[in-house]
Amino acid sequence: MLRREALSVVAVEHVGAYTLLRAARGSLEPGTPGQFFMLAAPNRVLPRPMSVCAAPAGELWFLIDAIGPGTRALCMLGQGDVVQALGPLGNGFRLDVERPLLVGGGIGIAPLPYLSQSLGRPPAVLGFRSNRHAEAAVLVPNAEVVVEPTLVTEAIPGGYDILACGPEPMLDAVAELAPGAQLAWEAPMACGYGACYGCVVEVDGELKRLCVEGPVLCAA
Amino acid sequence: MILNASGCLDALSAPEVAHGLDAFVTKTVTPEPRAGNRPVRIAETDHGMLNSIGLQNPGIDRFLDSVLPCLAELGIPIWTSVGGASPEEYAHMCERLDGRREVVTIELNLSCPNVASPDGDAAEIVAAARAATDRPLYAKLSAAVPDLPAVARAARDAGADGLSLVNTVRGLALDERTLTPRLGREVGGYSGPALKPIALAAVFACYRETGLPIVGMGGISGGSDALEFLAAGAVAVALGTVLFADPEAPRRVRRELDEQLRERGIASPAQATGIAHIARTSRAPVVAA
Repeated sequence: MLRREALSVVAVEHVGAYTLLRAARGSLEPGTPGQFFMLAAPNRVLPRPMSVCAAPAGELWFLIDAIGPGTRALCMLGQGDVVQALGPLGNGFRLDVERPLLVGGGIGIAPLPYLSQSLGRPPAVLGFRSNRHAEAAVLVPNAEVVVEPTLVTEAIPGGYDILACGPEPMLDAVAELAPGAQLAWEAPMACGYGACYGCVVEVDGELKRLCVEGPVLCAA
Repeated sequence: MILNASGCLDALSAPEVAHGLDAFVTKTVTPEPRAGNRPVRIAETDHGMLNSIGLQNPGIDRFLDSVLPCLAELGIPIWTSVGGASPEEYAHMCERLDGRREVVTIELNLSCPNVASPDGDAAEIVAAARAATDRPLYAKLSAAVPDLPAVARAARDAGADGLSLVNTVRGLALDERTLTPRLGREVGGYSGPALKPIALAAVFACYRETGLPIVGMGGISGGSDALEFLAAGAVAVALGTVLFADPEAPRRVRRELDEQLRERGIASPAQATGIAHIARTSRAPVVAA
């Protein structure tokens, strides 16, 4: 059942190079880590998919990288503004893992704080392209942080069940290292609920709609 | 009557959205399965969006065997959109659908900007389809032709029962940083608010030219947009891009349209159809006498 509600913005905070949008949850459920909401960006035609960064009591947090007109519009929201949210959508991470290790790259750390809390603060490895971007690592407990030119995949120890989110080349590299890893992918989306077939990605020669079959897919 | 624009909704993925419609229009079905175009398939622009889905569909065999029975269970009248590479393929599709009572109308997609154009002109395709079925046939046309009313007239004369106006128009969006195409197939179909004046002009002209029933679509996001399409000559409207931003749009647009009609003293949507064509000397707001 699709749930859509106008949420009130509680605060908009800078976290390193990113922006943390905090909204009152209203009657929406936060869903499981890795699930996402479509957030209506002011004066834009299409909403933007944002995974839940954290779900403290009564709130939903979204970590946003202002890279285009939609994300910039969301980051320009202020306290008391209203943002339409549809969700939670998609399939999140499976939490039945024995030795979890969270792996995040850049804005791909967005779902990891919520995931970390749900899994009891497991170890994490996070990679960023600059020290300023790396300031966002404060959101993820028990994290080892690397900054380019060191790549996050160089810092992944063996013997863990990997749950990862990050740019496509990083996810491809993680999949090589760890078949069976759970990977949260990203694609431009129009609807977020399976209507448009816009967000397909090719996995093992098959096209999958990330919004309803993902965004978390198994690497193997 | 409120429908979805073909391609803009998967009723099996979002049945509650489909239940807000008076009829559900399927994504275009083709003779063989199509994987669709390679990603990236979506690019928002300032006043609309581009899509390059490329008619992803399971093909007519699987559609008839496994998709159509599930759609029928939803209890919503089903319009089936069909595509093909030639008049013969369209005729074949119509023959296959002709025996299926679940399908109330066949829409001929004659104008997808994301795949190669079919052989044969609109009239030839409509004529071939007409010979293959007695079902109501709607021709879905693009405004991006030199003389749309002439195409619409030819479709009517070949046997079309109605028109679906308009399809998306071909557009291009470049990445602002790399200045390369944002879509995997480079160009895509442009839809959304910016398409509305183009679509209204198409409805206006084809209503006058053909007198056929018209499903108007292109940039409808609220009840006042829907009313304008009726005024230009549509008997029904279809929602496309707005469904992506607002899955509650079918019920909201219906509510807003009803309010608009009530405020103006217009008894029904049918009474609003074509009122833009009535010669008026006054610029006073339109309200029923």
